[in-house]
Amino acid sequence: MGEKLTFEYAPAPESRALVSIKPKYGHFIGGKFVAGSKHFPTINPATEEVLSQIALAGKNDIDAAVKAARKAYTTTWSKMSGKERGKYLFRIARIMQERSREFAVLETLDNGKPIRESRDVDVPLAAAHFFYHAGWADKLEYAGLGTTPKAHGVAGQIIPWNFPLLMLAWKVAPALAAGNTVVLKPAETTSLTALLFAEVCQQAELPAGVVNIVTGDGSTGALIVNHPGIDKIAFTGSTEVGKIIARAVAPTNKSVTLELGGKAANIIFEDAAIDESVEGIVNGIFFNQGHVCCAGSRLILQESIADEVLEKLKNRMAKIRVGDPMDKNTDLGAINSKEQLLKIRELTAVGDSEGAQRWSAPCDLPGKGFWFAPTIFTGVTQAHRIAREEIFGPVLSILTFRTPQEGIDKANNTPFGLSAGIWSEKGSKILWASQQLRAGVIWANTFNKFDPTSPFGGYKESGWGREGGRHGLSAYLKGVSHE
Amino acid sequence: MSFYGLVDGTEASLKKYLGSLSGVDQVGADARAAMLATRSIKTTSKRWAIDTAITMVDLTTLEGADTPGKVKALCTKAVRPDPTDASVPSVGAVCVYNDMVGIARTHLDLIGGHHVGVAAVSTAFPSGRASMAVKIQDTKDAVEAGASEIDMVIDRGAFLSGRYIEVFDEIVKIRDICGTKAHLKVIFETGELVTYDNVRKASFLAMAAGADFIKTSTGKVAPAATAPVVLVMLEAVRDFYAMTQVRIGVKPAGGIRNTKDAIKQLVLVNETAGPEWLKPSLFRIGASALLNDLLMQRMKMDDGYYASPQYVTID
Repeated sequence: MGEKLTFEYAPAPESRALVSIKPKYGHFIGGKFVAGSKHFPTINPATEEVLSQIALAGKNDIDAAVKAARKAYTTTWSKMSGKERGKYLFRIARIMQERSREFAVLETLDNGKPIRESRDVDVPLAAAHFFYHAGWADKLEYAGLGTTPKAHGVAGQIIPWNFPLLMLAWKVAPALAAGNTVVLKPAETTSLTALLFAEVCQQAELPAGVVNIVTGDGSTGALIVNHPGIDKIAFTGSTEVGKIIARAVAPTNKSVTLELGGKAANIIFEDAAIDESVEGIVNGIFFNQGHVCCAGSRLILQESIADEVLEKLKNRMAKIRVGDPMDKNTDLGAINSKEQLLKIRELTAVGDSEGAQRWSAPCDLPGKGFWFAPTIFTGVTQAHRIAREEIFGPVLSILTFRTPQEGIDKANNTPFGLSAGIWSEKGSKILWASQQLRAGVIWANTFNKFDPTSPFGGYKESGWGREGGRHGLSAYLKGVSHE
Repeated sequence: MSFYGLVDGTEASLKKYLGSLSGVDQVGADARAAMLATRSIKTTSKRWAIDTAITMVDLTTLEGADTPGKVKALCTKAVRPDPTDASVPSVGAVCVYNDMVGIARTHLDLIGGHHVGVAAVSTAFPSGRASMAVKIQDTKDAVEAGASEIDMVIDRGAFLSGRYIEVFDEIVKIRDICGTKAHLKVIFETGELVTYDNVRKASFLAMAAGADFIKTSTGKVAPAATAPVVLVMLEAVRDFYAMTQVRIGVKPAGGIRNTKDAIKQLVLVNETAGPEWLKPSLFRIGASALLNDLLMQRMKMDDGYYASPQYVTID
């Protein structure tokens, strides 16, 4: 045998031949692709290669999309039985599964996330959301909103770049199941899977105008939010933009759900299963490059086990495989955009200047593209900015606590409240802690687990309303009592 | 004996030592093992893994029907797994019942297989249900017959009823008989210990008592060497190394039948205990059918197509 002493994994790239990317895209309005006027490039953040030109929707495009959605709502979708609507949703779900590899490859190329995650998490979960909500379509009278719940009408939906297809599914599936039609805008840097989804809508023969997809930047989003023809706004993104939206819709009749930022506490008690906790820490903050609103970005660690956990965490982080997102063995891919990379660098520099100790996993970062090594900061206190502000990258702030109550107090001492994690082998402690924590989603001995049946959403500045499950569905319905 | 300074040989100190271990979360361990099973090992790394896996095989026959003829055939195969290709390395050891040790050692030496070890299963394998006197004699017989490795079973009954000190003392006594002549592998029969907490506890118990290797199973009970069980044991040897600076080996046995399974095991080693464990002195795979699949895959990588099964030898 060879004298090579280490087990180097040879490149195992997923084939790019599965997808055909057009040089230029328009919008999907009224069941047809229509040309855009202005365009901007979308790039592969792992290589900086320009993948395509994306249309920038202006006022006329939004008017056309809202008009198409209104027409579809009035003439077709609101008149169709729930059972028939469900059939379309089932069909979309099945086509997404059939084309899952295509979606996964495209998502990875456009977003920079590892193919392992787009293949094993994003795409299967997106299809699961359509399957789940397909089942609701003919059972809305059991949603807890009275016997005749009604759709809002036209929903304007604005989604982020971290889980482009999955966030689309979270928005479109319940809206359609409840009987709304939609105008959806994917994030500026990640439009391609939404445009592939438009193809799926055509393939499923979804009635024209039920789903309209317009691409663009923040200005396009503002046009949707302020459009008088829209009845409901659903937004996932930063708290900063969420506040702007809340102000904009306050004087209108629009219903709103907001899924915003987070600074989740991942609390490790001294009686936790240490190795699995370390896995949970890694999964909590390095999943999807930390571009996760519910990421466990604050590690709240009991002091009695801090040294042991930190040593194991560093050891584990050194094994994170950073690099080509298309390689099936990659664990951590590219940062989605230059802008986001600069933000991560800026906030981590603040961490340095405020005296926290930085440690990054030793890894070779590719020369081109946007990359940030998995990083932790120790010696962080509540008074550090990196303990308070969302970094939205592979950066973990580590705080310690002495007693369980102190751990809870630190965890809750944030304007956010999207998620939290509890690690303990003691069931009573888990139940006690979960009652104390003010967060919309609490995981015990796991992290970043998602399911369409489970409502997701935040306390405090992490958002309004829930997505997923019966609670999420109700955001797309008006109960009799609200009329 | 010093037991690495971790215990002093008393029941109280053993209880304290085992009580200090962190628990294992089953869902989390399963998830980590499942994630590592998705690693895609191709081309040069696959070739390296196949050859490495061959050197780690403990080529095993443990049947009531074992005869000198069968054991000699196994030894021949162990030394030269592929008679048509001298570049194929020998396996790590042959693993046989006690009474076949002499035959195996003599035949291996006769055919130039001095470098291939003979592992003897011992201490009333596979159940471990015999008196200590019998277990001691069993082991003495094997060592005297030339076994270079002793694969002993623990008393699962004692372990499950909390009599850890009995399990510990047995390992210490058998370790003593092995002396410098034979390496000691301690078999837990993880399919009978059932929980990962037990696997972790048994691992630390055996390591402190003087095991050179910890081994999952006898091959007679299912489930045997599942990925999460091996993961938990690899974490244990890694943590034990951090405590003592001594590297203990791991041997999964039972249920690893093809190249894909073997490569998954190597990935577990690489990303859990670390690359230092990727050698036959620290990782073995107890198997019989596996070797032929490794040879088939090796031929496929060289020739570009799958050969007929007749191109690999039955033993």
